[in-house]
Amino acid sequence: MSDRQITYAAALNEAMDQSMERDTAVRLLGLGVDDPAAVFGSTRGLREKYGPDRTFDVPISEAAVMGVAIGAALCGLRPVVAHLRLEFALLATDQIVNQAAKWRYIFDTSVPVTVRMIVGRGWGQSAQHAQSLHAWYGHIPGLKVLAPATPRDAKGLLIAAIEDNGPVIVIEHRWLYDISGPVPENYYSVPIGMPAVLRSGDDITIVGSSYMTLEAYRAATELERLGISAEVIDLRTIAPLDIQPILESVQNTGRLIVCDQGTRTGSFAAEIICRVSESALESLKVPPQRITLPDAPAPSARALANFYYPQRTHIVAAALGMLGRDSFDPCMGIEPDSPLDLVDPAFVGPF
Amino acid sequence: MNNLAHLTRQLIRIRTVEERISEAYRDQLMRCPTYFSIGQEAVAVGVGAALAKEDLTFAAHRNHAHYLAKGGNLQSMVSELYGKADGCAGGRGGSLHLIDRDAGFMGSTPIVGSTIPIAVGSAFASKLCGRSNVTVVFFGDGATEAGIFYESLNFAAVHRLPVLFVCENNLYSIYSTLEPRQPAQRRIVDVASATGVRSKSIDGQDVQLVYEVAQAEIERLRAGDGPAFLECMTYRYSQHVGPGSDDHLGYRSAEEVAYWKARDPVSIAAGRVESSGVMTQAEIDLWREVVDNEILEAIQRAQVAPFPERTHSH
Repeated sequence: MSDRQITYAAALNEAMDQSMERDTAVRLLGLGVDDPAAVFGSTRGLREKYGPDRTFDVPISEAAVMGVAIGAALCGLRPVVAHLRLEFALLATDQIVNQAAKWRYIFDTSVPVTVRMIVGRGWGQSAQHAQSLHAWYGHIPGLKVLAPATPRDAKGLLIAAIEDNGPVIVIEHRWLYDISGPVPENYYSVPIGMPAVLRSGDDITIVGSSYMTLEAYRAATELERLGISAEVIDLRTIAPLDIQPILESVQNTGRLIVCDQGTRTGSFAAEIICRVSESALESLKVPPQRITLPDAPAPSARALANFYYPQRTHIVAAALGMLGRDSFDPCMGIEPDSPLDLVDPAFVGPF
Repeated sequence: MNNLAHLTRQLIRIRTVEERISEAYRDQLMRCPTYFSIGQEAVAVGVGAALAKEDLTFAAHRNHAHYLAKGGNLQSMVSELYGKADGCAGGRGGSLHLIDRDAGFMGSTPIVGSTIPIAVGSAFASKLCGRSNVTVVFFGDGATEAGIFYESLNFAAVHRLPVLFVCENNLYSIYSTLEPRQPAQRRIVDVASATGVRSKSIDGQDVQLVYEVAQAEIERLRAGDGPAFLECMTYRYSQHVGPGSDDHLGYRSAEEVAYWKARDPVSIAAGRVESSGVMTQAEIDLWREVVDNEILEAIQRAQVAPFPERTHSH
């Protein structure tokens, strides 16, 4: 029996709903979680169903709210804090990095808090509403960082995060919210730390995470038309990460591209490439490449956005080059009709 | 009151600009989140009229009125919304990030509360360098919930800095009323006052009142009396972000909206200036036409202006 198709946003909503149904300790808090927009649909109906003690709005006090969540977690509750933009969570950095991440180590006490952070893009939101700092958070010992790319994983990983003794950060890219895909109706979790092979191939390994998994998958489809067989691996988790599936893939293909929606320097892509170099250097036929944002803040104007965001054409061009085929300037592939400040309507899944 | 004509003209100009941008926004050529000042103009205009060119202003995402009232260049603002090279931030920021340093409008950012300490820093520099200019920072009721609000007022009070904190309390933070955010019966003005900053709460829809109170406070800032805080009660007509209304979502009552629109700041000022004989209706109408042509031309120019080149981004 095949699973019904729902959107990423609906999958997140279902994860919250089923988690809250099973365990009264689960609470949802954050700016606007109970408002008409319902965090882009992901928290819809929860206050109506579970009441104001389990789903509630908060003051614009991200630092204090995270502290409140930690305190509640120490005392038997399992809070889920939602941020409409990752940047708002930055105001809670001391509580996330110094407190939540360290109490487990220092005091040997669980801190079962899940923090959902939405990464913005498009419609000229500019530099303070567009950062994906998964590499930053992944760098902090004591934090788990998840990045679901599919609706199935959105539900399964959010459930896993809530079940985990935490703290867990879930990175959700805004442009994935309307993607549809098969999602089981039952309650299930996806294992934390396990990448998934989305598509098998023998010529080149393309690793992606979050929205870049989508671009990697689309690039693989185009490469297939060009007679190239690409293996696409979706990280799903940033930290802790089991590198083994990627090593095995590279041992087979000998070529590696890592795609990352963060900026270049200190990107998580760099970490992946380092680990592969440490353990499978002799398998690499050509130097690995990373496809990331440039080391610059995100611009607002679409004319600038068109040169800022990597997409499948960049991945395809890199792959062709690595395979010794004639490549092309990926920037020439950008059509004026498909500007990069708007969600690409041509792809809403499933994949 | 000979200033009333100036205040009224500013109000009419800003209202007209906002309404024309709202219309043009629907063409989807201004591709950035845009937060309209419609309904809240009197706060920016009243305070702005009390400032000299060398005084400095900081604001947040709902910044068009503050920018224009400080003398910000209209073409640069409109071009920025269109993402063009001649935009005030070169297309890098969009409406969220207006700036015009020549006019003393020092910058605006959308992270709630983020420009409050920066404005305190600007005032600190004035004091340290012996300059007589003052700094004003505009923010909403939600910003008073941010820790940085307390920290900034505390710092300004400790150092007796020439900064005016202006809180536009429009009762909402997106769709949230004050109820889940601040305790009932506790006023924002009292929180500010408790930090050691002298504070007042006034009707933000009466531009003359805002001007008179701001003028008095700014004189005291210049005299070295230390920082001041103004809570201005006001109301946003449009959606939180974007043009038009979202009242169909039902997060605020039709009665409440009607109550505030009946006390429209532009209408109040225009009515007073006409009934007191300071301006005739014909002069008011002519002014409306002048500013309408001004914004329509700015929109047209922005539409044909070139986009920024790649080298500007990275």
